[in-house]
Amino acid sequence: MTRQLGYLATIVSLAVAIVGCGMAVLGARRRQASLVAASYNAVYANFFLLAIATGAMIYGLVTHDFSIGYVAQVGSRATPMFFTVISLWSALEGSILFWGFVLALLSAAVVWANRHREGTLVPYAAAVLLGIGAFFFLLLVGPANPWHLVSPTPADGPGPNPLLQNHPLMAVHPPLLYLGYVGMAIPFAFAMGALLSGEIDRTDWIVLTRRYTLAAWAFLSLAIMAGMWWSYEVLGWGGYWAWDPVENASFMPWLTATAFLHSVMVQERRGMLKLWNVNLIAATFLLTILGTFLTRSGVLSSVHAFTTGTIGYYFLAFIAAGLVLTFALVAGNSEKLASEGRLDAPASRETVFLLNNLFLTAFTFTVLLGTLFPLVAEAIKGIKVSVGAPFFNQMTVPMCAALLFLMGVGPSLPWRRTSAAQVKALALAPAIGAVAGVAAGLAFGIRDPFALATLAFAAWALVCNVREYQVGAAARMKAHGESVPVAVGRLVAANQRRYGGYVAHFGIIMMAIAIAASSSYKYEKEATLKPGATMPLRSFDLRFKEVWGRDEPHRQVIGADVEVLDKKTGAVLATLDPRLNFYPTQEQPVPTPSVRSRPVGDLYLNLMAFTPDGASATIRAIEEPLVPWIWVGGFVVAFGAVISGWPTRRSAGRRMVPVRAPLGAAAGFGAPAGTGVATANQVASPVA
Amino acid sequence: MIPVRMAMATCILRVAAAVAASTATAGAQAGLPPAPAAAGAEAPPSQPMIGLTTQVPTIGVDSALEARVKSVSATLRCPVCQGLSLQDSPSELAQQMRGVVREQMAQGKSDDEVRQYFIAKYGDWILLKPKAEGFSTLVYLLPALFVVGGAAVVWVMAKRWSVPVATAQGLDEPAPTPQPVSATAP
Amino acid sequence: MNWKRAAIAAGVALPIIGLLAFGMTRDPKDIPSPLPGNPAPSVELATFAPGDEPVLVRAAGTPVRLSAMRDTVVVVNFFASWCMPCRVEHPALSAIARRYADRPVRFFGVLYNDTEANARRWIDMMGGQPYPALADPGARTAIDFGVYGVPETFFVGRDGRVASKFTGPLTEAVLTQKLDSLLAPAAPKGAE
Repeated sequence: MTRQLGYLATIVSLAVAIVGCGMAVLGARRRQASLVAASYNAVYANFFLLAIATGAMIYGLVTHDFSIGYVAQVGSRATPMFFTVISLWSALEGSILFWGFVLALLSAAVVWANRHREGTLVPYAAAVLLGIGAFFFLLLVGPANPWHLVSPTPADGPGPNPLLQNHPLMAVHPPLLYLGYVGMAIPFAFAMGALLSGEIDRTDWIVLTRRYTLAAWAFLSLAIMAGMWWSYEVLGWGGYWAWDPVENASFMPWLTATAFLHSVMVQERRGMLKLWNVNLIAATFLLTILGTFLTRSGVLSSVHAFTTGTIGYYFLAFIAAGLVLTFALVAGNSEKLASEGRLDAPASRETVFLLNNLFLTAFTFTVLLGTLFPLVAEAIKGIKVSVGAPFFNQMTVPMCAALLFLMGVGPSLPWRRTSAAQVKALALAPAIGAVAGVAAGLAFGIRDPFALATLAFAAWALVCNVREYQVGAAARMKAHGESVPVAVGRLVAANQRRYGGYVAHFGIIMMAIAIAASSSYKYEKEATLKPGATMPLRSFDLRFKEVWGRDEPHRQVIGADVEVLDKKTGAVLATLDPRLNFYPTQEQPVPTPSVRSRPVGDLYLNLMAFTPDGASATIRAIEEPLVPWIWVGGFVVAFGAVISGWPTRRSAGRRMVPVRAPLGAAAGFGAPAGTGVATANQVASPVA
Repeated sequence: MIPVRMAMATCILRVAAAVAASTATAGAQAGLPPAPAAAGAEAPPSQPMIGLTTQVPTIGVDSALEARVKSVSATLRCPVCQGLSLQDSPSELAQQMRGVVREQMAQGKSDDEVRQYFIAKYGDWILLKPKAEGFSTLVYLLPALFVVGGAAVVWVMAKRWSVPVATAQGLDEPAPTPQPVSATAP
Repeated sequence: MNWKRAAIAAGVALPIIGLLAFGMTRDPKDIPSPLPGNPAPSVELATFAPGDEPVLVRAAGTPVRLSAMRDTVVVVNFFASWCMPCRVEHPALSAIARRYADRPVRFFGVLYNDTEANARRWIDMMGGQPYPALADPGARTAIDFGVYGVPETFFVGRDGRVASKFTGPLTEAVLTQKLDSLLAPAAPKGAE
């Protein structure tokens, strides 16, 4: 029953999406309100249908209905309820179903929010969303059908992949990733809608698109961070980023979306880069689809559970269709996308944005090239090469340094023009900061030039970042007699967009410093210990106590109790218990490292091996400074995005601003002139 | 995101399949493996190790040799992993290969000779960073060209766009009044 | 419609699509070994399970030197008791080893990351093995052959050079074809 219901809902959703897409296009072309309304209803209907299908699947998983193909594939009676529910996204079919649900949900939300908007932008955007939806629903009916009947019904199933039921972060990371990935379909739909409707030269779509991109970007940022965290907590190698093709696949759209979030400011403010921005939105969306393709086609790694036959070709056809649509529309609207604005001087904030975009796209290109290069080399030269972490680090660290540099420069430089004296005055404090950053790194014993460069530019950006708050808050304190926290709070509240961005910058700086420190000042040691034996590390001593075993319904757990001792006093600071989990379906154990996190850094213990009699255990210990700040930084980035994108009365009013006014103060982000709030630019010189 | 990471970890863990075989026979009924307290006393002392690796580690930390082992291992790809280096991978084979790196260095081989050994056995594929020669030069060259070319485009654009508004032709925009934002401090 | 721009766009997009389509036809795990054509790596390993082939009856512990086997085709099979495909190919290897017992062919099983006790038990479970099994502590020989995992099998020609590498479970057909081609052309020249 559950199976039939879910299957039926999926098939109907495909039909509704196709018909709705046609109605939206027709309605928009003929300006027929009833057709448009019907297509909106199709969007809402799809949300309900996918909710039913997803609900049916969760119900099937929870009730262990093994007649459903997907449940038989990932379900097991022994798996705890929590992991049973989240096994919805632990394999290909379920993940596509969940993907479809998220898409239907977001589509319904944005169409509902914009249903009263005039013009044909929204109908066309709805058509694009329904078209994307139709593709995913087609996958669910065809190559990724989770509903196929298993007969005779098995009594039990194998359970989800052990790695995916080993850590609660698996409940967080995939939904965030899908919200980020699918979320990028919304700005794409609006950009395509704007091109299709010919309303591309209006400004309102770009305001909407920016907000939707910001939301998706925040989710994607969190998802990438959660993925790093999961990798760190589950895979047991003490790292969080391996430049794995799948990681790269999630990172590339993040980079292009970041580029868009910056360059869109130039468009809003100066009417420039319109064509470029449309391309960035399209690239972001297509990179999310490319990422999905790479994880599900087996092109770059054949040994993963998601690989199934023909689905890759569907994605390929979809990417091709997306490219054709984008290029045709962009080419057809090229006149309207012409730049309206002019720069006043090469040395201005606009130029910094151009450079920011240059480095972000170069970064994307490098990651894309590195990811696909093994394929290119094989296709053209028939040779097998690897492109891994050392390559990416070497190529991208300079770009990161450049971006950090620009992150400091950009907000400090005024729009339009800058004088040489201003530049000099602006650069002094951050330059001192950069030197201090390198000195601090050297003092801690960091010798890796890449890490030192990152520290230098991160410190540079940090000083600039702090100065923005300091200058703004100081002006408020002077003008309104406010205390420091009140002044900072009101400063941010009054200039959400601008200071939200700075908060995100602050998070990025945090992450940059933490990554540079943790990767270059890592201390690793591994030893086989007998009970009672100690193992000296850099800042602690370890004492191995014992190995223990425990049976759980779905696995067997072997753990080693290890005491962390103070280096000087010998006092026990903590007892850690790195474990190995043995799942019946997998011969190899899944490690569960035990981590002691402190602001100064993590102590990361992994149980590598043990003797069954408990006579000895091999422990790998890693001391990694500042790692927790990577996670904190990730949250700060997302928080900054929320501040920046949160609707305000002012931005709501901006939608009504007549179309061709991107140049004046009407577009007003940052501090509108005359509010009495000094910006950093205004008082920059007195600072130095 | 999930699947390849999965593969990565499966590779990391490749080894201990022996676990299932050995402990399943030894302690299948008792539950795996016997709790140390129960089995510890009478069990033979030299039991085989179970887990991610059965290697007895020989990682020292401070010597110059170890630093070289680390730096070379970081550039070699673990054959059974998804893109992890020998240095990062906790898999048994990676650990054994690190042992080979260490042994060869102790015998006086240079970093390049050690790398060459692995290339001779596994092919260029073993290098995580392709050699900057032949076709693979492109992977280094193209990003650099992208930055240089992009910088040129930005330069040209900045020049072209910074034509003083009053003298620019064919503009559909009125000259915007300079904003107070760029003015000096109030 | 700006045709120039559209053409540029197509010029960018088509190769990418083509590349990905090409990727669909490839197995990224299939990495060719650089060994074929080169002299076989030296093997000096101790036997832990003697084969039952008359020539090769030897006490456990006797070292085997590949370099000592001139004018002989050598099959080096890396295996482990925890490896499922090894179970699949084992009957074929044993059958062919018996069938070619009177030819200048020698088979060796090299144990890969496993304990000798497990391997002995496994061999018994598989109904014995006509060729010797060698221990490879620390997988040094496996690394010397550039082994990724098991099963992998190397065919060494009579000239002492690696002729080919086979990844995955062998079948009788593959074994026969490889051995016959290695034995046949060398026969007339073998007298030199």
